[in-house]
Amino acid sequence: MSAVLEVHNVWKRYPGDPPVESLRDVSLTIREGELVAIVGPSGSGKTTLLHVMGTLDRPTQGEVCVAGQDASEFSDLELSGLRAHHLGFVFQQFFLLDGVSVLDNVANGLLYRGLPLRERRRRAREALERVGLGHRTGHRPNQLSGGERQRVAIGRAVVGSPAIVLADEPTGNLDTAAGAAVVALLRDLNRDGTTIAVITHNHDVAAAMRRRIELRDGRIVGDSGVGT
Amino acid sequence: MKARARPRLRLTDAMLAGTVGLRARRLRAVFSALGICIGVAAIVGVLGVTQSSEADLLAQIDRLGTNLLTVEKGQGIGGSEGPLPLTAPSMIGVLPGVQRVSSTATLPGGVYRSDLVPTFETGAIGLRTTDPSLLQTLNGRLLAGTFLNAATARYPVAVLGYGAAQALGVATLDDPVRIWTHGRWLTVAGILAPVQLAPEIDRSVLVGLDFAASDLGFDGFPTRLYVRADPERVVAISQVLGRTTNPENPDQVRVARPSDALAARLAVQSSGTSLFVGLGAVALLVGGVGVANVMVISVLERRSEIGLRRALGATRLHVAVQFLSESLLLSTLGGAAGIGTGVALTAALAIQQGWNVLVPAVAVLGGLVAATAIGAVAGLYPALRAARMAPTDALRTV
Repeated sequence: MSAVLEVHNVWKRYPGDPPVESLRDVSLTIREGELVAIVGPSGSGKTTLLHVMGTLDRPTQGEVCVAGQDASEFSDLELSGLRAHHLGFVFQQFFLLDGVSVLDNVANGLLYRGLPLRERRRRAREALERVGLGHRTGHRPNQLSGGERQRVAIGRAVVGSPAIVLADEPTGNLDTAAGAAVVALLRDLNRDGTTIAVITHNHDVAAAMRRRIELRDGRIVGDSGVGT
Repeated sequence: MKARARPRLRLTDAMLAGTVGLRARRLRAVFSALGICIGVAAIVGVLGVTQSSEADLLAQIDRLGTNLLTVEKGQGIGGSEGPLPLTAPSMIGVLPGVQRVSSTATLPGGVYRSDLVPTFETGAIGLRTTDPSLLQTLNGRLLAGTFLNAATARYPVAVLGYGAAQALGVATLDDPVRIWTHGRWLTVAGILAPVQLAPEIDRSVLVGLDFAASDLGFDGFPTRLYVRADPERVVAISQVLGRTTNPENPDQVRVARPSDALAARLAVQSSGTSLFVGLGAVALLVGGVGVANVMVISVLERRSEIGLRRALGATRLHVAVQFLSESLLLSTLGGAAGIGTGVALTAALAIQQGWNVLVPAVAVLGGLVAATAIGAVAGLYPALRAARMAPTDALRTV
């Protein structure tokens, strides 16, 4: 299996007195088809790691390779292209656009690839079927439950078949049942071939993933290794 | 290694992205566009109304002609007209460039609807005698009946000025009408339309010179002359009229050009216009500040949307274009609504006043361009601010 995301000796320092080191010499490789949990208490640098992995933030030191491309020297434009074509994001707060239908929210996952609207909507309909919301396409996000909204957001992340989906506390705003449904959906998507990395401090969520990487004080302190 | 894939946003999608914020908060969009709308409506409305009324005034001046001059004795006590030399009309008549001279004179005494009206109720109507050429000299028009002529000038026949007819309550001449003055009846032969260049004629009852001399004690001295001059030589003629009228005391003669008053009205109107257009521009500016305000707030509120779009692959430029096009859309819609309102206001007022509806193209185009420009300026700072926001900052929840 080829690596879809590689992090090599990444440091992230925020200037200050004393400087804050969010990530200290972090290295990890995620291969195609993996379902990874990155766990750690709050303040352990999880979100920083996700931002660095997702090219939303540049490391102070070290390299990040996404889909075989070294993002270190990329311009803002090239990084945007990387995100548009190879990365999918799921956030704790869903971040759906309220004024736009569920279908178009998902179709927005392809907005910055320059595909025609008709094609984006066709693929969005497919993605909504995959997340079990094929019957909700015409609704507005604020007409949906929290669990459904997160599934819409997951649909938006996978609509472009990215190399990897990065999920930041996807169950953080959901009750236990809805959270479990989201975890089950992530597992299903992974079984169908989507590479997923979930950041969480919830050990039940982490336990449902096939590989667990433990983060503490900006360092990797445990890695269950590549799961099957 | 794969080829680096660039992010791409279709033009139509970019324009649609600019409407997302407006669609999500319609009421706010309407209110922030309202400021621009009012400013543009004020400018278009003022320019439209001015143009329409100026065109009407110009048409009036054209119709009446600017070559009419009046001659009277230098202002007497109480503004009443005084006698001019007997020879004045004929002296003026031979001046080169003078096309027509008509002499008139005020007569004492009131004019009444009947012999039963108390003598003090004159209704501010004056009695005036004139030679029959007055109608042509003034380019006057009759609403009913006929003007005085060589024959009727010798008989107790009167023609009523427009205001005099109203004051006396004479609307038509379908039945014979008589009026009472100097203890005798006059038959009304005609009613004049309003004469803008000679309002004093409006307030007068006109009788012939011969009848005035024979029956009303008129001494033959004219008190006011109307002179039509060659349009090319009006100024030159007006300069010599004083000396021609009264060679001994030219300074006792007052020469006026009634159309100057209308021209002055034009000038006054123009100066008022620039004031109101200035006020409209201020309103537009305030509207622009409002749009800028709303856009700044919008950028702050929609931080997470900016972060999301960056995560979906939007470049800084895409984000900037989205907010800039939103601001442009807002102000252009406001401007278009303002033009509509301004034109509607102009049309309503013009139709009510009986003018032709004229809206200068410059006002319409200028209004739209100004609105768009203000939208661009107002949106620039918020758009840059949105573009400069780091994705991680944008995604961080407060």
